[in-house]
Amino acid sequence: MNTLLQVENLKTYFRTYRGIVKAVDDVSFNVNDKEIIGLVGESGCGKSVTMLSVMQLVSTPPGKIVGGKVIFEGQDLLQYKAKGDYMSSIRGGKIAMIFQEPMTSLNPVLTICRQLTETMECHLGMDSHAARRRAIELLKLVGIPEAENRIDAYPHQFSGGMRQRVMIAMALSCSPKILIADEPTTAVDVTTQAQLLDLMKEMVDQHHTSLIIVTHNLGVVARYAQRIYVMYAGRIVESGLSDDIFENPRHPYTIALLKCVPRLGETTEKKKLVPIKGLPPRLIDMPEHCPFLPRCAYKIEKCKTEPVSVLREVGNQHYISCFVDTQEKK
Amino acid sequence: MTIEPNESVVQVKNLKMYFTITRGLLRRKVGEIKAVDDISFVIKKNETLGLVGESGCGKTTTGRCILRLYTPTMGSIIFLGHDITTLTENRIRPLRRHIGAIFQDPYASLNPRHTAGTIAGRPLIVHHMVNGKSEYDDRVSELFKLVGLDPSMMDRVPHEFSGGQRQRLGIARALACSPSLVICDEPISALDVSIQAQIINLLEELQDRLGLTYLFIAHDLAVVQHISDRVAVMYLGCIVEISNSQELYKNPLHPYTKALLSAIPIPNPALERTRHRVVLKGEVPSPANPPTGCHFHPRCNLAISECAQVNPPLRDVGNGHEVACIRV
Repeated sequence: MNTLLQVENLKTYFRTYRGIVKAVDDVSFNVNDKEIIGLVGESGCGKSVTMLSVMQLVSTPPGKIVGGKVIFEGQDLLQYKAKGDYMSSIRGGKIAMIFQEPMTSLNPVLTICRQLTETMECHLGMDSHAARRRAIELLKLVGIPEAENRIDAYPHQFSGGMRQRVMIAMALSCSPKILIADEPTTAVDVTTQAQLLDLMKEMVDQHHTSLIIVTHNLGVVARYAQRIYVMYAGRIVESGLSDDIFENPRHPYTIALLKCVPRLGETTEKKKLVPIKGLPPRLIDMPEHCPFLPRCAYKIEKCKTEPVSVLREVGNQHYISCFVDTQEKK
Repeated sequence: MTIEPNESVVQVKNLKMYFTITRGLLRRKVGEIKAVDDISFVIKKNETLGLVGESGCGKTTTGRCILRLYTPTMGSIIFLGHDITTLTENRIRPLRRHIGAIFQDPYASLNPRHTAGTIAGRPLIVHHMVNGKSEYDDRVSELFKLVGLDPSMMDRVPHEFSGGQRQRLGIARALACSPSLVICDEPISALDVSIQAQIINLLEELQDRLGLTYLFIAHDLAVVQHISDRVAVMYLGCIVEISNSQELYKNPLHPYTKALLSAIPIPNPALERTRHRVVLKGEVPSPANPPTGCHFHPRCNLAISECAQVNPPLRDVGNGHEVACIRV
């Protein structure tokens, strides 16, 4: 399997009046060919900023990518200027992104047609007629009825689910190598969520694209992702194959996270949920030690005195950033 | 007000809530949004009734009708033996202290200029529940402790609290007047996963301790199953299935319930691979112009021609499991 995208020690910091926010702190991950990976974490853990950093869409200032590498097709993307030609050809062309809110990420004053064809005219050099024909095809592909008529509609004439379909069509329009879906379904209902994710999976299978799903929903990653990265406070705390993470989580945070969500149809009688004590940390002026320490049920003396553990291998493709062998204590 | 166990706290009968759509300078009526279209249910004392459905299905409107924030178009709401459907504002106020409400967005539902103490204690003053400052202070700090907040935080304002703490404050406010019924309108959907569990546990604890009755409105079926004794599933203003929560998840009957259940991903990859999934086609129609007959029939995989003619009423299929479908 080929590695398509390799992110190494990525650091994105935001400078604020109160101090430096380490939104992404030493994050490394890779995406292979035709693979679906999931990036899971609670809000504010830095998962969106990680993806924005890959695309170099972090607004500077206040944010800044201060270190690391984003290697795609043998090139370190961070060597190129965010507004330069090379990044523009990558963004939308080779790596496409579906944003969180379909309501706000479409331009309300332009027709769907205009917004869909723009990317294709830019990246593929199509003329406007060819682009329009392709746009209609794409809309049909993502399941929009009467695509020929609806293509001239404005975003407000579409429902939330339909708008997200348009976003998917737009992202797929230039046959990207990697599709990043940042919380693609938070704003839509569960049945629409299932439709959209199935559609994305189908598109990925057909177009041989890799997909990165960024979400806080553990169920979504369990259903679709092959490999999972779990993020907490700007760091990746655990990574591994989907089955391993869910059946045999090793990092205390992942263990706690899986225990605190109610599962459909699993309990026969009322069982208490086990919440994670305390609050997610504020990312301003983080201490050197493990960010999960104050909430951790497995902590040992070493956790307080030493800087946070680097990711260490605990199984086949299974890594955790923790000193404790949680399996013994379980 | 004392109520016997097993006695119903709320009885909703044939409730309809239509909103008129007006247009033009003269605000002519051009249509109606049938947000809630003929629903009936009962909530017994100490019970949690879960109300699930997708956005726009009328679940929040139902909650607001019970709070009498809306005056229903038709039907009746009987709360603790009083028919509150058409009471005037002055007559409803003394009853309202028996109904608490927790709202979805803990960022928007708390006044940013009031201190936490004022927010939680305000209902006590409105309903003349306390005599004098010291009694007020005691009761407010008691409320803070009840929901797991430190009474020393009383003088802070909402922005100083985290999302979970704000929702605790919202719960304290709802419980200020010792209500019998609490309407929880999506109380945890705005919270982080690790905080959701804290709030669910708190709500369960409070129910045991204070003998509360909940109407729990949410779109997250896993959470609803966890917290509810009975669950009602709504689709486009109608209740399509209502049952004991275990039964509903083990043996869903209505095709919509089945689709809804199978749409929810379970955090277990091995189980996910073996699940049979029903994926719905299309989108929820507009409540301003619902399909004839059974509202669900255009998207239903079991639909026959008769489904387009009559909207089936709920019928009991045993053990209090009621379903509104002619095909099951």
